[in-house]
Amino acid sequence: MNVRWVLLFLLAIAAPALAQGFAGLGTSAEGFAMPQKAHPPVFPGDHGAHPDYRVEWWYLTANLTGEDGRDYGAQWTLFRFALAPGTGESWQTPQLWMGHAAVTTPDQHVSAERLARGGIGQAGVVLTPFSANIDSWRMDSRAGPDSDPMSALDVSAAGAGFAYRLGLTATGPLVLHGDRGYSVKSAQGQASYYYSQPFYAVKGTLTLDGRDIAVTGQAWFDHEWSSQPLGADQSGWDWFSFHFDTGEKLMGFRLRDEGAGFTSGTWIGADGQVEPLPPGALTAEPLEWAEVRGRTVPIRWKLSLPFRGLDITTRALNDAAWMDTQVSYWEGPVRIEGSHPGRGYVEMTGY
Amino acid sequence: MLWQAFTALLSHWRRHRLQLAMLLLGLALATALWSAVQAINAQARLSYARAAAVIGQDRLSALVRVDGAPIAQDTYIRLRQAGWLVSPVIEGELRFGSGRLRLIGIEPLTLPPQAAQVDVSADDIGLAAFITPPGLLVVAPETAARLAGEATPPLRLSEALPPGVALSDIGIAQRLLAQPGRISRLILAPVQLSGLPPLATIAPELVMRAPATESDLSRLTDSFHLNLTAFGFLAFAVGLFIVHAAIGLAFEQRRPVLRTLRALGLPLRALVALSITELLVLSLLAGVLGVALGYGVAAVLLPDVAASLRGLYGAEVDGQLSLQPSVWALGLALAVAGTLASAASRLWRIATLPLLAPAQPRAWSRMSAQALVLQAAAGTGLLAISALAVIIGHGLVAGFVSLGAMLLGAALLLPLVLSLVLALAGRMGRGVVTQWFWADTRQQLPGLSLALMALLLALAANAGVGAMVGSFRLTFVGWLDQRLASELYVTARSDEESDLMRSWLAARSDAVLPIWSAEEKILGEPVQVYGLRDHVTYRENWPLLAAAPDVWDRLEAGTGILVNEQMARRKHLRLGDELTLSGGRSQTIVGIYSDYGNPKAQAMIGIDLLLALHPDVNRQRFAVRIAPDRAAGLAAQLRDAFALPADNVIDQASVKAFSLRIFERTFAVTAALNVLTLGVAALAIFASLLTLADMRLAQLAPVWAMGLTLRRLALLEVLRSMALASFTMLAAVPVGLALAWLLLAVVNVEAFGWQLPMHVFPLDWLRLGSLSLISAALAAALPALQLVRRQPSALVMVFANER
Amino acid sequence: MLLELKDVSKTYPTGEGPLRVLSGVSLSLARGACVALTGESGSGKSTLLHLAGGLDRPDAGQILFEGRDIVQLGESDLAAFRRTRIGMVFQQFNLIPSLDVAANLAFQARLAGRHDPDWCSALAERLGLSGLLGRYPEQLSGGQQQRVAIGRALAARPKLILADEPTGNLDEATGDAVLDLMLALQAETGAALLMVTHSLRLAARLGSRVHLSAGRLA
Repeated sequence: MNVRWVLLFLLAIAAPALAQGFAGLGTSAEGFAMPQKAHPPVFPGDHGAHPDYRVEWWYLTANLTGEDGRDYGAQWTLFRFALAPGTGESWQTPQLWMGHAAVTTPDQHVSAERLARGGIGQAGVVLTPFSANIDSWRMDSRAGPDSDPMSALDVSAAGAGFAYRLGLTATGPLVLHGDRGYSVKSAQGQASYYYSQPFYAVKGTLTLDGRDIAVTGQAWFDHEWSSQPLGADQSGWDWFSFHFDTGEKLMGFRLRDEGAGFTSGTWIGADGQVEPLPPGALTAEPLEWAEVRGRTVPIRWKLSLPFRGLDITTRALNDAAWMDTQVSYWEGPVRIEGSHPGRGYVEMTGY
Repeated sequence: MLWQAFTALLSHWRRHRLQLAMLLLGLALATALWSAVQAINAQARLSYARAAAVIGQDRLSALVRVDGAPIAQDTYIRLRQAGWLVSPVIEGELRFGSGRLRLIGIEPLTLPPQAAQVDVSADDIGLAAFITPPGLLVVAPETAARLAGEATPPLRLSEALPPGVALSDIGIAQRLLAQPGRISRLILAPVQLSGLPPLATIAPELVMRAPATESDLSRLTDSFHLNLTAFGFLAFAVGLFIVHAAIGLAFEQRRPVLRTLRALGLPLRALVALSITELLVLSLLAGVLGVALGYGVAAVLLPDVAASLRGLYGAEVDGQLSLQPSVWALGLALAVAGTLASAASRLWRIATLPLLAPAQPRAWSRMSAQALVLQAAAGTGLLAISALAVIIGHGLVAGFVSLGAMLLGAALLLPLVLSLVLALAGRMGRGVVTQWFWADTRQQLPGLSLALMALLLALAANAGVGAMVGSFRLTFVGWLDQRLASELYVTARSDEESDLMRSWLAARSDAVLPIWSAEEKILGEPVQVYGLRDHVTYRENWPLLAAAPDVWDRLEAGTGILVNEQMARRKHLRLGDELTLSGGRSQTIVGIYSDYGNPKAQAMIGIDLLLALHPDVNRQRFAVRIAPDRAAGLAAQLRDAFALPADNVIDQASVKAFSLRIFERTFAVTAALNVLTLGVAALAIFASLLTLADMRLAQLAPVWAMGLTLRRLALLEVLRSMALASFTMLAAVPVGLALAWLLLAVVNVEAFGWQLPMHVFPLDWLRLGSLSLISAALAAALPALQLVRRQPSALVMVFANER
Repeated sequence: MLLELKDVSKTYPTGEGPLRVLSGVSLSLARGACVALTGESGSGKSTLLHLAGGLDRPDAGQILFEGRDIVQLGESDLAAFRRTRIGMVFQQFNLIPSLDVAANLAFQARLAGRHDPDWCSALAERLGLSGLLGRYPEQLSGGQQQRVAIGRALAARPKLILADEPTGNLDEATGDAVLDLMLALQAETGAALLMVTHSLRLAARLGSRVHLSAGRLA
């Protein structure tokens, strides 16, 4: 394995967008399905995989506090990439799976990666009961038959020097971003299906270098799928998921391009009430940069959402929360200060 | 002063250019043959290493089934889900037309980076094309050339793969090999997570196999390369005879110069240093020439070697020769070391040269009777060592020690034997010229003995290897007749087609005999086990070396097993021994059969038993018995009825011709090296005669003065050389026979695992004899011609003190 | 006349151009004659001897042996002439090293096809070699070797003995003894003798003497 072909995945995601732009309303030239504003996601069916779309991920980030009183972060992600739409028999399935897992402490950031082919049972997502896995990493629903499968999850992963088992229980509803789950990603109209479950209460165990640490905290789950998420000139994104002490949540992202960039997000009330943010309403600016693994990344942000009176800065739990995976990026827990204190996760790609 | 002295030393060569040429040529040739063998061996080893390194087999451990059977894909999933970082590999043999391909299916996503030789994401491959149907086969360029026009998936080239190997996605490979859901082994990533559930609880049928530090191929082919190396050494030794002779002569001729230099005040140490420097310059010059020449020889021989290795061992060797620094270094080192060793005694004499010794030149070539006897005693000692090595020693090394000691011992004995023979001939001669001829021949002996020893070695090697190859061929042909008793050999394209064909053939032929086999692990080694259907074909023809009386009945009953000679020898098996097959079944050995040309262990059981043990055995190949005159017609009908490619139905004659072709190519290299060695020996005689020619004049001039014509003297000179050559040839016969016996009864058994009956080929000896006579005559021709052309004035110089 | 040289010239090619060794030399030798040939170094003595013995051919002139011009003889006839008519004794002895004394003695006679064992053993007796017959040349002293050479030259009963400084490699006493033997045997057999020497003392012991100077007879 090497970096180049994984980059090819991502190029495969971005490249058609270059060529296609917004022209192919229904499907892309390769036959991939495209998100349709008129067809919002339907649950529980859409918790599963969408092999006709080019790319998809199930993404969990958790802000945790240990019995030792320290802050921790944990990440569990399953990516799906399609070389071609649809499924096939056994090895002929054109679906590839990638898992990322990480644990962040104030002085340590450990991560791991798994790759797998679809069609042979090594990795995938099944619906009833909901279960996502790659190798030994699992995300299994333990929700009752009448509740949303995502309302209660067991999540586990292990890598060199770390492991975790987390029990997740949702205290609020699912949250659909954008227009009932249709999330626009650029001024040109690239879009994805995107929903979250930001209301998890977490209880579990981290194992670091053979030492078990009982943890509690909050977690945020994202599920997003698309066939053309990035615009032609977009070089990367900064993504924020915040739990404020008030119980309110904020999802915001900034897609960087040659110009001012494209920001959008969702304000989520403590009761789960959703307020999509119009493009440009949220501003995010780097306050402080640091050199991490040879790249220069922002480690403090200033975000503001004037009409909500939001004016906050973030501080990374560990500046070096670099995902040392084939495609590398920064992903780590932050503390929030300012008008709305709290905790959250920041993801920065393309640096 | 040093430079002056050096040029004085070197000026000798300017005046004796032919001598210089002989010295350089002898050394260059010796180095060339040696380097050629080295280059070939190095190339082969490189190919084996590449083969061994395929998907990291030489570095990474793997999980395999204890019984060698394929692993179910579910087991792979179970291991991954338990956290084991393993990557599946399927490996099998693919047939395309007449060619075979080792197909390796990998899973590029989980393959550890240490095992990834080919970058499947490269622009010309691409992951999507690699893993999705129809997939790609990544092969070496030469493999691609061999596959051109065959119905394979699209080909992509990679220099990283050894020839004969194709890399594809595991899914593609499972389909091509018709083994869906099967995995040959699981490669373990070098770093695994801690606290994994133990293997025994997830997949108890699997065991961990350590990386193969030495590939099977290099082990199997060791003996072949050792053979080549031995030949290379022989050629080098023969070449050194020339070098020794030339250096010795030059020393004697320069003795006065050396003395003068010392008398003029050159310190002894400086003189020795200068002499060594001179030798170094000369040997390096010849060494470079020789290694370059060796690469030429190797390039010519390599295709044959590659074919041999493919035919004998299924080992793929790159046909393209690459320049290896080690070959250069070794070749040059050997040239220098050989020269210094050849010159050691002369250097010693320079060091101990008395300053004021009588100026009278001593006949350089004279050898005292005492020295002759001493040398012969050493030779006898070596022969004793040779005999001891056979009696006491074991293994290939003992075989070669015995062989080397025998050859060298015989060579050392030669001068004494020749001297005695010539004395006898002189006593029996009647005429004065005859008597003088023999007496003078005997007197020439010391000067020529080194060259004659070289000739003896070359002749004996030729005769011995000739007898070995000839015996092998006779046995092999007889064995082929027994073994290939069926009229047609058919390969179906699938098991289903095979079933259809066999029922189609049932009514149209005398018998249809399956050629089905499966791999079993017997005594810890993989063994190809064939299933035999009881038939008169086997009862009458099968080449059994040893058998229980009811061998075929017991085989049919499923209680017996046949093993090939190789396996029996290697594992010390005898009739009546018990072997355990998969599933713990115990079988009694009821027969041992000869299996020439196959280095691997093989066994045979009843077909029913094979099917019981391996229900899904590959059923594509079978043989057909039919009246020989109807075979061609049936073959044509079969091809028509099933639209079979021509290559899938082969008649007996073609199989035999093919087998023989492989056989011939196998020994083509040996034959070529033999001829070259003989050439070097002929050159040694030529060089010796030429350098002796000047000295000879003083001995011939009085005879001429007393009334023999130059023409007659020249003729006698040629006859003399031929007489020596023919006596040497006679001496070479017993040496050659001994060599043949050693090769057949000792070396072959160790190297290949089979013993062959020895045959003698007197016609070959005769041919070899004529060849050596001709070369001796040719070697003497130039000095003789020079003699005839001599002006009387040049001859009378011998007598003249003044004019 | 046994031997007549008429106006014989001989030139050798050398690095510095042709070197004229003999220019128009004429010389006669009667049967049984005993003549010393003297001259300086390089005066052509040896060349003249070689020409007379049929070892070499002159550039010009005739060499008549018993009236027959040997210059006109072909290679094999010339060889036969040397075999049967001439006995040669050289300064370096030039015995055949591979043969023992007996074989050396009889060598030329047997070549000529006129081997007479009695004569040979008589010669050996006369030359004091009877006890040395089984030895090889390298086992003999210089004087012994030269006596073998003289015996060899006489064994075939040649008409003419040609000796080139036969005592040149021997000390004076030995040389004198050898010369005595040779002269005695020559007288007994009636062969003619032409002996090259640079020593006037030795020349004086022969019947007559011719002197060669710069390629001409003085």
